[in-house]
Amino acid sequence: MKFRTTIIVSTALAGALAGLSLPAMAQDKTVNVLDWGGAYGQSHQMAYNAPFQEKTGARVVVTDADNPATPIKAMVEAGNVTADVASVEYADAVRMCDEGLLEEIDASTLAPGADGTPAADDFIDGALTDCFVGTDVYSMVLAYDDSRFPDAKPATPADFFDLEKFPGKRTMRKGAKFNLELALLADGVPAADIYSTLETPEGVDRAFAKLDTIKDSVIWWEAGAQPPQLLADGEVSMAYAFNGRIFDAAMGEKKPFKIIWDGQIYEMEGWVMPKGAPNREAALEYIAFSTAPEQLAKAAEHISYGPPRASSASLVGNIAGTDQPMGPHLPTSPDNLAKGFASNLDFWVDHDGELSERFNAWLAG
Amino acid sequence: MATPLDPHAAIATEAGGVAPAAPRGGGPGVLTTADGVPLAVALSRSRRRARRQALLLVLPLLLFVLVTFIVPIGQMLHRSVYNPGFAGNMPQVSAWFAANPQGADPDEAAFAALAADLTAAAEARTIGIVGTRMNYDVPGTRSLFTATGRKVRDGLEPPFRKALLDIDGDWASPELWAAMRNASRTYTSGFYLAALDRARDNDGNVVRAPEERRVYVMLFLRTFGLSALITALTFVLGFPVAHLLATLPLRKSNLLMILVLLPFWTSLLVRTSAWIVLLQQQGVINDLLVWLGVVADGARLPMIYNQTGTIIAMTHVLLPFMILPLYSVMRTINPSYVRAARSLGATSWTAFRRIYFPQTLPGLGAGALLVFILAVGYYITPALVGGSSGQLISNMIAMHMTETLNWSMAAALASLLLGGVLILYWVYDQLVGIDKLKLG
Repeated sequence: MKFRTTIIVSTALAGALAGLSLPAMAQDKTVNVLDWGGAYGQSHQMAYNAPFQEKTGARVVVTDADNPATPIKAMVEAGNVTADVASVEYADAVRMCDEGLLEEIDASTLAPGADGTPAADDFIDGALTDCFVGTDVYSMVLAYDDSRFPDAKPATPADFFDLEKFPGKRTMRKGAKFNLELALLADGVPAADIYSTLETPEGVDRAFAKLDTIKDSVIWWEAGAQPPQLLADGEVSMAYAFNGRIFDAAMGEKKPFKIIWDGQIYEMEGWVMPKGAPNREAALEYIAFSTAPEQLAKAAEHISYGPPRASSASLVGNIAGTDQPMGPHLPTSPDNLAKGFASNLDFWVDHDGELSERFNAWLAG
Repeated sequence: MATPLDPHAAIATEAGGVAPAAPRGGGPGVLTTADGVPLAVALSRSRRRARRQALLLVLPLLLFVLVTFIVPIGQMLHRSVYNPGFAGNMPQVSAWFAANPQGADPDEAAFAALAADLTAAAEARTIGIVGTRMNYDVPGTRSLFTATGRKVRDGLEPPFRKALLDIDGDWASPELWAAMRNASRTYTSGFYLAALDRARDNDGNVVRAPEERRVYVMLFLRTFGLSALITALTFVLGFPVAHLLATLPLRKSNLLMILVLLPFWTSLLVRTSAWIVLLQQQGVINDLLVWLGVVADGARLPMIYNQTGTIIAMTHVLLPFMILPLYSVMRTINPSYVRAARSLGATSWTAFRRIYFPQTLPGLGAGALLVFILAVGYYITPALVGGSSGQLISNMIAMHMTETLNWSMAAALASLLLGGVLILYWVYDQLVGIDKLKLG
């Protein structure tokens, strides 16, 4: 649990630094944010933290974690909460909310939409729960190396499973989640019926039978950085990976990677407030500020994760540092959204353990 | 304390002979020091002081080992059998289980207790903990608990059986009640059963898990099998190297030693990634083979992301742990023994087999034990290069720690692994003898 120690040490340091510098700088407001770091944390820095400090004069102290949900549990149970706001995945937010680790956030305190629509109606379905305010939507997408398929291009989940028409190895995340859905989609199950099919033993058998057809040609990835690397090395011709990673490699490193939005499965990340957060008022102010339509849109210019608010979509401008629009690269752009579906959180919270065991037994067998 | 062999005892007897009467204090025949304290007391006092000083010197290490090793391992062992997630938050229904024998059908009192507990847990927002605990045993029940929790917060009207079944018919399921009975005990063997691909049926009997979910026993066997194979490979590859190092002149052998140690000083991740670069299908070795015409471009060898990759990378990473103890033992072997055997007519093979090799056994034992125990717990290398057929039990432990968050299951698997290693250590002690172990 090295990362946890890092967190405890770094939060302690951050807290100590904040405490030291407070009197000197004569600032009375501080928000401690627990974030993911990397390009994602950077997008928050540009779109939320810097403007917030400028507008309110409050200090935003950011601490990075591998997964901010893990230290929250430790903090609340130890009764030593040092974070005010944390960025977590949707599934973790709902789980921690059920376990009483989070403060509830009242949707009426959030900024209204650009046209004055109340926040509760402006956010997309599921982006607001008792304890959670969505900040972005990311998705699992199929991607391929354009140079490997000079003639016909793959375009659907079924093509991913078609080794004859589109030869080459595949790479998929080592785990049951996403892969079972993809297998059923490729097997012809309509998106709306995926989870009801997976609820039945026959549906799970069917998904594994479909995965069997490409099992020998799959390299399983565990870290998000692996799929673009495997594509770049030529080890695989197609990948099933997070859209942001593929986008970064395609844009930043000019790789000929193309994303297939057909069959994308999207999930959400967003803010939560740990129970007993020391600076409640400032934290609520920070959450309301950062989830205003303009701020969410601005964050999306820095990373290809879509804003979960209807009125943000039209505000998203060009990809930061270029003159190309970011819009078509977001999972939430209307065209892309229509081609995919949302990951069913309740299903995975219920069946993750069981299907993970089954997946590992299948993998090893 | 004062045994006949104790030098201090001897001095005391001698002194007794010289000065039979004590100047003051003490009865006749009792030796005293100059200030009148009986000698035996003064001696034991000074020894106690010495012992205390010695204890103070080792205290930091003792505390360090206690805090960083014994306590965490104890906690892990405890967690593998202890899970209060259900009993702690559902006290009334747990009490009903304690009062009613196995197999008793849940009556209205049971449902009333369940309803009261669910309401309280929903209010306290602990229902997610209960649901998570139940979900380990009956997949799919977490949402049953959380969804029911949301509904009962408004209050339930008796009869409770009907009220709960109106919310969800699954509340009548005998499987669920049997699982709740198991979970109502805070100390449980359930995680160990699951770690051995076993489960309890509705009557409390231990049965094998459904075939498609049996994975752990197979992975335990694979882990021990692969570790033994890797140990054997490091021996085959490391023995000649260690022999060469031990017999070359010091200047040359020091140079070679750096080659052995250099990879040892390199980050594990760097070495593993280097193997990926070398072995992958578009990698250096395959490119070379294709260029030489040994394999066709379409039939590049799959050497990584499978068991082969795991074996190659782990053997390389663990090789120094075999070479170093072998080397340090071989350095101390007197070459004149082998020369003597040869001069007495032994062939070089016989001299090696009967004279040289037996003398390397302490180093071999130490190296083999080190490599095997490290290999059994290896995690990052199989995770990166293992693909599907190179997964080991440690990857499952990591999965339960970080993904499914079922720490009790991770603890049970880790405890079994620890137990397996201890058994092998005991077997080793019986066969070879741990006192023969030599690291240098």
